[in-house]
Amino acid sequence: MAYTVPRPKLSLLERTYFPTLIGGLKITLGHFIRFVQGKGKVTMSYPEEKWDASLPEHYRGAPTLVTDEHERERCVACQLCEFICPPRAITIVPEQIPAADKFAKVEKRPKAFEIDMIRCIYCGMCEEVCPEQAIFLRKDYAITGTTRAEMVHDKTRLYELGGIREGLVNKWNPLK
Amino acid sequence: MDWFLIISSGAKIAIITFGIILPMVALCSLAERKVSAFIQDRIGPNRVGIPMTLFGAKKDIALLGLVQPLADGLKFLLKEDFTPKHVRKFYFWLAPALVLVPALLTVGVIPFGSSIQVLGKQIPLVIADLSIGPLFVFAISSLGVYGIVLAGWASNSKYPFLGGVRSSSQMISYEIALGLSVIPVLMIFGDMNLGSIVRFQDANGWLLFPAWGSGWTLQRWILLIPLVISFVIFTVSIFAETNRAPFDLPECETELVAGYHTEYSSMKFALFFLGEYAAMIVGSALIVTLFLGGWSIPFGHYLGLGAADAIGNWWVGLLHVGCFLTKVAAFIFFFMWVRWTVPRFRFDQLMRLGWIFFFEIALANVFLTALILMLVK
Amino acid sequence: MSTATQPSGPAAPPVDLVNVQVNGQWLKFPKGTRMIEALRQASVEVPHYCYHPKLSSPGNCRMCLVETGMPARPAPGQTEVEKDEHGFAKIMWSPRAAIACANTISEGIGIRTESTLVQECRKGVMEFLLINHPLDCPICDQAGECGLQEFSVEHGRGTSRFEENKVKKPKHKQIGPRITLDDERCIMCSRCIRFTSEIADDPVLGFTERGSYTVLTTHPDKELANNYSLNTVDICPVGALTSSDFRFSMRVWFLKDTKTVCTGCARGCNMEIGSRSNVIHRQTPRENNAVNSAWMCDQGRLDFHFVNSEARLTQPTLRENGIHRAATWQDALAKAATALQAAQPSQIAIIASGRMTNEELFLTKRLADNLGVTHLDIVPRTGEADNYLVHADKNPNTAGARLILGIDPGSQLQTIKDKIERGEITTVIALQENLLKKAGFSETQLGKLQTLIHAHVLANSSAAAASVVFPLATYAEKRGTMINATGRLQRLNNAVEPVGEARSGWEFLRDLTLAVTGQNGLYSIEDVFKTLAAAVPAFTGLNLGKIGDLGLPLLETTETIPVLEREKDRKAKGIIVG
Repeated sequence: MAYTVPRPKLSLLERTYFPTLIGGLKITLGHFIRFVQGKGKVTMSYPEEKWDASLPEHYRGAPTLVTDEHERERCVACQLCEFICPPRAITIVPEQIPAADKFAKVEKRPKAFEIDMIRCIYCGMCEEVCPEQAIFLRKDYAITGTTRAEMVHDKTRLYELGGIREGLVNKWNPLK
Repeated sequence: MDWFLIISSGAKIAIITFGIILPMVALCSLAERKVSAFIQDRIGPNRVGIPMTLFGAKKDIALLGLVQPLADGLKFLLKEDFTPKHVRKFYFWLAPALVLVPALLTVGVIPFGSSIQVLGKQIPLVIADLSIGPLFVFAISSLGVYGIVLAGWASNSKYPFLGGVRSSSQMISYEIALGLSVIPVLMIFGDMNLGSIVRFQDANGWLLFPAWGSGWTLQRWILLIPLVISFVIFTVSIFAETNRAPFDLPECETELVAGYHTEYSSMKFALFFLGEYAAMIVGSALIVTLFLGGWSIPFGHYLGLGAADAIGNWWVGLLHVGCFLTKVAAFIFFFMWVRWTVPRFRFDQLMRLGWIFFFEIALANVFLTALILMLVK
Repeated sequence: MSTATQPSGPAAPPVDLVNVQVNGQWLKFPKGTRMIEALRQASVEVPHYCYHPKLSSPGNCRMCLVETGMPARPAPGQTEVEKDEHGFAKIMWSPRAAIACANTISEGIGIRTESTLVQECRKGVMEFLLINHPLDCPICDQAGECGLQEFSVEHGRGTSRFEENKVKKPKHKQIGPRITLDDERCIMCSRCIRFTSEIADDPVLGFTERGSYTVLTTHPDKELANNYSLNTVDICPVGALTSSDFRFSMRVWFLKDTKTVCTGCARGCNMEIGSRSNVIHRQTPRENNAVNSAWMCDQGRLDFHFVNSEARLTQPTLRENGIHRAATWQDALAKAATALQAAQPSQIAIIASGRMTNEELFLTKRLADNLGVTHLDIVPRTGEADNYLVHADKNPNTAGARLILGIDPGSQLQTIKDKIERGEITTVIALQENLLKKAGFSETQLGKLQTLIHAHVLANSSAAAASVVFPLATYAEKRGTMINATGRLQRLNNAVEPVGEARSGWEFLRDLTLAVTGQNGLYSIEDVFKTLAAAVPAFTGLNLGKIGDLGLPLLETTETIPVLEREKDRKAKGIIVG
């Protein structure tokens, strides 16, 4: 069944459009004047003014790898983040920790850990899925580079960004 | 040969074109972005200034983004001038010029000031003091449609073609209303010389504001009715003629990508851009000249700032030029203000407005004016 | 062909069926079936660890506990027992749960798998199993295919009540050249111990210590080194026994499993290739009770590293002035075709290979027929057989070569060599064979040839002597069929894409035939098989789809498979389910 939209009945004056035209012009002029007076400013001039100080705790910036207080890399290359990553930005090559290493007891670590920051969508699933609390999203958001290769964060860069994280974070607790 | 006339005319052409119109176009593009930004509670371009860091300084000087038009112009010059393979090359190249040139030509007959004394001689501040001013303007500016039609046709692709067709039908339609709406004005003045029209308004009050001189006559009061009608139709028609919103259907993005200049890039695109803004400036100037007293200063007749006072007083002449430019600028702001307020018309609505309303009303208005002129003395 | 379609013969002995109530439903099963198998037939999954159908059932993991009940018997003085609505005797449920893996069904009994008792049992057993099990799933290779992981999700508590320290046991212990043991993960199911003693006859594994301190270990001075050791990794339900080769190389959930057969010998063991992004990570046996049961030799399953190795040929090459230059397929084929057309049929010899698929052999035969070549042979390749699965014939498709090429392997090789010596043969096509190795050609013989067209997967010494070299796809990169030693037709599937510009053998042979004689009409492997089925009587009526994942018996042979023979015997004795 076709449904006919009922059109409003307009008076003669309304049909000339003038009242609405003038009304519209009044609104836009109002905005213009308010802005010129400096009252309507909502834009933040980005590089000079930044949100950094007021970023919320749960802000999701660049994913990074962290080491524990003994500088042991927490990542054991379980590849769950690689599995969960929706845009498949993560590539991990696992390896066995050589017997001579201080942390040989841990047995496994990533030989290569790469996050393609061009692909990354900052969803935070890697952080959520990580059973070893090794990957965390930091507040860094201005990840830039001049080449594609530069935008692939390798293990060194990821640890550089992530630094040391002491203790465990109760990240699955909804009451946190 | 009056060498002085030739040299002074040449100087006027150079100053008007390169000193006023083109810089104004450039500033208009910035103003448009700023005005639209302010209306939408944004900041608008505020970055481009003097790139001091290029010369080793620590900080750039932003200058509120006033250098933006320069950067835009530079960008247009440096961009790849791409000519698609499928276009008709000669006409494709001709079209942008055909858009810009008529818009600039019409400036010639518009008096932008009373007169100014240079080297002991009084120079009228109009390039060509033609006695058929409005006719010349209509004749030349209607040529602008050729540029657009050619651009649409020579591009040899769908969207430009549709844009060109729309534009030509729109411009032809509104030229009629434009021409008819200006007739009452000419009937009142009994003169087609724009210079004398302005001088009359300077002495006897603006057409829409007859507040001084012999302005306060009963006839002038009654004539305000047809004049307001004329003014509205004329202004709206100028909007349509210059393809400005809300009548910018030839380049309606949602339907036609970019309309007739879809296939253009680089400086050729810039010429269309310049043409549109130049046409807007000329249109504003024409409205100001016909209805709002051109360069005349309100009550200048009493304040000693009238046309006669410019003789021998170079600063009065400059004041007149400033007054004219202010009025034009105000009108350009109005153009922009409307653009960022009113949504675009549908094409059938546009045609209906032009042919069914404006045409008839303007025609009736001519007779109304004639009646008033005949009956009320 | 299969036993099911035998037209007439002695009727199968009638199987006694007994009525069993499974979760409230009365069903019929053959008498003597183990409860766990009956439940499997009824699509009821019973969690278990120690039970394996191919091994004896000690019943030591206690995970498969189910609630059972016997039919009521008349009490003294009673003549009629109480019946349920289906007319069966009322079931007297036992207050104690019983293991489903070692008990058999009998008439009128009842089994419940989802009752409170069973669930409590499973929960309890699960908690005991997890007490000392480390929580290192992120590191453990078994994660993703771990029985403990799966059943702890279904039946576990979710949290641990065990506050004491877990028992420390040896980790990362090499118990054999290919096996790494993590004793902390072991849940003492003893599958590996039973495998090594019952199947591999190499009983080197056993438990020492008692209670929580029980550890799996090898006998002193011995190691788990037999050729079937990696099967213990497959049957280990947890990550205790891991393959040193596969260890930490890729998580199993990333692996794409491709069903194919091993091409290491004429046995044709069914296997799965686990690959990810064109890299093979492991090969595991696939159960086929007509070929390899559930096992596979270590040699066969580790022989895949060459597929992604540097030694692969990746581009056709042409030899000009003694130097090989990379060429396009088109140029290489054109050069080969010109050489073949220039030679007399009697001057050409084709050395095919028993490693080629039936389709490739068929196209070889067609090429030989088109050229009129009679010097056609394959290189026999024999080795030592063991008493399990390894076959003495190292060519996976000798039976196919005999059938399709109609030759006796190796019978013509000497003639061909002699004729090369005498200059009667000037052109040789070597397909997937290094002529200098097993084929026994000498470098001087190859030097006498005008043209040697060499197609192989790896770069080798005779490639250097060839005038045209074509890179071929390996077993893991191509599709096709092979016939194993017992005459079973089985399919190969491609797990990864060919490296570089390498092509499947059938594509190469098709293109070469096209370049030489201009006949074609073959676009896919299915087309080739269809043509083969039309041309060779044994294949009549078959297509690739009909072969199925487990293959079809195609030829009658008298061959027996030692492992299967012993399995049959043990099954008949009721030791295993089979």
